[in-house]
Amino acid sequence: MLGNLTTAALPQDHIVVTASIFMALAAAGVIGLITYFKRWKWLWTEWLTSVDHKKIGIMYIILAFVMIVRGFADAVMMRFQQVLSVGDSYGYLPPEHYDQIFTAHGVTMIFFVAMPLLVGLVNVVLPLQIGARDVAYPFLNSLSLWLTVAGAALVNVSLVIGEFAATGWLSYPPLSGIAFSPGVGVDYYIWALQLSGAASLLAGINFFATIIMMRCPGMTLMRMPVFVWTVLGSMALVIITFPIFTASLAMLSLDRMMGMHFFTADFGGNAMMYVNLIWAWGHPEVYILVLPAFGIFSEVVSTFARKRLFGYTTMIWAVMAITFLSFVVWVHHFFTMGAGANVNAFFGIMTMIIAIPTGVKVFNWLFTMFRGRITFASPMLWLVGFIFTFTIGGMTGVLLSVPAADFQLHNSLFLIAHFHNTIIGGVVFGYFAGITYWFPKAFGFKLNERLGKAAFWAWIIGFFVTFVPLYILGLMGMTRRLSHIDAANDWQPLLVVAVIGVLIIAVGVVLQILQFIVSVRDRKHNMDTTGDAWGEGRTLEWSTSSPPPFYNFAVIPTVHGRHAFWDMKHGDESADSRLGRRLKSAPRYEDIHMPKSTGMGFYIGGASFVMGFALVWHIWWLAALGLAAIIVLAMVRSFDYETEYYVPKEEVAKIEAARA
Amino acid sequence: MKKALIALLVLFVIGFVSFLTSYVSTHNMGIFNPKGIIAESEMKLIMTAIGLMLIVVIPVFIMLATFAWRYRAGNTKAKYTPDWHENKILEIIWWGVPAVIITILATITWTSSHTLDPFKPLDSSVKPVTVQAVALDWKWLFIYPEQNIASVNLVEFPVGTPVNFQITADAPMNSFWIPQLAGQIYAMAGMDTKLHLMADEKGDYAGMSSNYSGFGFSGMKFTARATTQEEFDQWVKTVRQSPVSLSAEEYAELAKKSRENPVSYYSSVADDLYGDIIMKFMMPADEHMQMKAEESIMSSMSGMEM
Repeated sequence: MLGNLTTAALPQDHIVVTASIFMALAAAGVIGLITYFKRWKWLWTEWLTSVDHKKIGIMYIILAFVMIVRGFADAVMMRFQQVLSVGDSYGYLPPEHYDQIFTAHGVTMIFFVAMPLLVGLVNVVLPLQIGARDVAYPFLNSLSLWLTVAGAALVNVSLVIGEFAATGWLSYPPLSGIAFSPGVGVDYYIWALQLSGAASLLAGINFFATIIMMRCPGMTLMRMPVFVWTVLGSMALVIITFPIFTASLAMLSLDRMMGMHFFTADFGGNAMMYVNLIWAWGHPEVYILVLPAFGIFSEVVSTFARKRLFGYTTMIWAVMAITFLSFVVWVHHFFTMGAGANVNAFFGIMTMIIAIPTGVKVFNWLFTMFRGRITFASPMLWLVGFIFTFTIGGMTGVLLSVPAADFQLHNSLFLIAHFHNTIIGGVVFGYFAGITYWFPKAFGFKLNERLGKAAFWAWIIGFFVTFVPLYILGLMGMTRRLSHIDAANDWQPLLVVAVIGVLIIAVGVVLQILQFIVSVRDRKHNMDTTGDAWGEGRTLEWSTSSPPPFYNFAVIPTVHGRHAFWDMKHGDESADSRLGRRLKSAPRYEDIHMPKSTGMGFYIGGASFVMGFALVWHIWWLAALGLAAIIVLAMVRSFDYETEYYVPKEEVAKIEAARA
Repeated sequence: MKKALIALLVLFVIGFVSFLTSYVSTHNMGIFNPKGIIAESEMKLIMTAIGLMLIVVIPVFIMLATFAWRYRAGNTKAKYTPDWHENKILEIIWWGVPAVIITILATITWTSSHTLDPFKPLDSSVKPVTVQAVALDWKWLFIYPEQNIASVNLVEFPVGTPVNFQITADAPMNSFWIPQLAGQIYAMAGMDTKLHLMADEKGDYAGMSSNYSGFGFSGMKFTARATTQEEFDQWVKTVRQSPVSLSAEEYAELAKKSRENPVSYYSSVADDLYGDIIMKFMMPADEHMQMKAEESIMSSMSGMEM
């Protein structure tokens, strides 16, 4: 009846029991609060069924913040285990548990923190930047969100019922095959990532189509804000690489469930093929995450240096070069497989070529600062921190791209320090900058700057205190994923320093949570009444109010240059400014075509969760039921012809008058 | 308040840097303390690459600090050109200079990928020692085909003699790494990878699997011991006196999962055990057993005919 699911799957270990109780209490607390304030109906109609890109974006970001708590707790546990588990002491986590933690840390941070932050920010900002009222496929957008939530829920359920994979975040076979990992951990991994992978692919198609089809009149490709360009590159990568990811995991699950031999050690299976395929997705994935961060910084630097972005055209060429090159470098993740000198050298050289366009972007940012008037608001601090940190990460990256050097650095903590250097220094700093920068646009008030700046300092100091020791340990020959360390090496002092570093980062995280609480409390003092929160906005999102009405723009703007909103504000005798004045003086409204809210994304997400859970435990009838539900729901949705409606122009006029 | 914070930060940075400096100068720095020709070349390659990159990185840091300070909003004396956004010469410089540096580094990469190819035998007049390394759950088995002996978690070879490692796994993927002697190469089931190295100095060097392979991975370490030729010959004699020999059955026992295995010796090794370990993945396990059985019958029959 329940497949492989028995009471033995419930938590035994006291750490897991505590975590489970904590999770249950948190969930009960949230449910209690909603019930107490009688907010269920509001939650359902205003948020869960919403197809408004701004609300979906905010929900994505909330998901990311919930999951970052989990991923960061994993990180802290790992650092403490390594510092305690030296010589005769074996720390507080047996390898069976520790190995799940480092797997969960990587999976959570990439798929359920970084990706939701990316898709969330793009959702909030991108349609506004291109002067659109929504994304190309509003329902798909809602479906992407709920599939991602279903995947995240599977990862969290694995903590309480059963176990998670203990294979490393990419689950290389044969270790992840049924012979070496007979438990349900890898199945949880597979189905959680199949759901979130499908969600990412849908989001990729959606935003790609949005950028191509939904730009307002006059916005030619070469007038798009740099952020839009970077998202275009990133989404092209999503569309091309996520199918590879889905196919690789599907083959892995066929090996595990049906006894097939794609990647097993015997019967002609080829584990090396999996490693190739997963990195053919995995390397572009890094650029999927970091390209939009580059875009955010391009917006931030221009706003806070009060100067036009330097070298727009070269920026775009650099973005496209990086997008293309990221496809032809995947072998650098396994030079040590022994593919031979020619193959290794080719992929090594392709990798180091990426440093050229990336360097060009750094110089362009620097020369945007040159002869500017820089205000060091917190997004600008993140930018300066990013250039410093990311340059070091780029340098260690180019070092790793030299195959014969990589033989000595691969799989060591040097590698770990390198990719945290680029992901924290690039992606995380970038998204934090983006969240601070666009927060007033989404909510109508600014975040507290004092706490924001304090959090920045804690993060950047904590980052170096944590990861410089790891670089050194890597050079000394300490490998990744160790749950126990020999006393003879005397590595412990550096591991102690790394623990201090992670605690400093924890202070940064606490400051950020405080920042949200304090900012909401003091929101009356930080209101953005103009819509142009930083006073220096150049792009269209700043031309509408903060927060924007649900239809974004009462009148779709027409643009005549790269700095549409800047031109409107600065009264040059250009077409833009004439347009700006006309908009202010005599608005002529028309009926607005909008998508209707729907619970279908939520239902399909729920059915996918049930199907995923059932497949993990081999509860076949339930899996079939889940699949059938997904198909039926999709059919019902496709026969619903009443998915859109018009907001009459009288009502638009009324809303606009009330807002003015 | 602000000044106190800045002073505290400066003190902290000084403390951090001086702690790291003293730590680094008093500890064995692994790949920066090479004891073999391959590890030494790899270290030099790393230094060269870092040096080349600093040509770009240092100016970036200087510009970042200068621009951030000089063009701060408070400094109204600095020049302000809000619309200046293009300069062909500057842009050619920062496409061009990095391109030149990357071209140099690419040339070095191409050459070093070939000279330091782990599959390439070392040039030496000394006759090499061959060692077959097998990654097992979770220990390393070293087979010496020429000496017909084997050991677990200890590999010994003479100093100044090329060592030809053949590497495979009868377990999930591992990676064979002795940081002070040479970079790593994967150990994979059904595959035969190679690593060539030579120690310049006597000593015990840490060796390990660097690729996570399951719960016993942290204990998957071995000692690589470089000795004189006499000591090595003596060691081979010691191993030959071991009461245990590595028959197919004994190997099957050894291959079972175990953690933190002590060093152990085998006085002899079943014929072509290494080849069998690789070949058994080429077909289902039971068929392989059957084939081995048929082979032994065939060979005993051919013995009778003679």
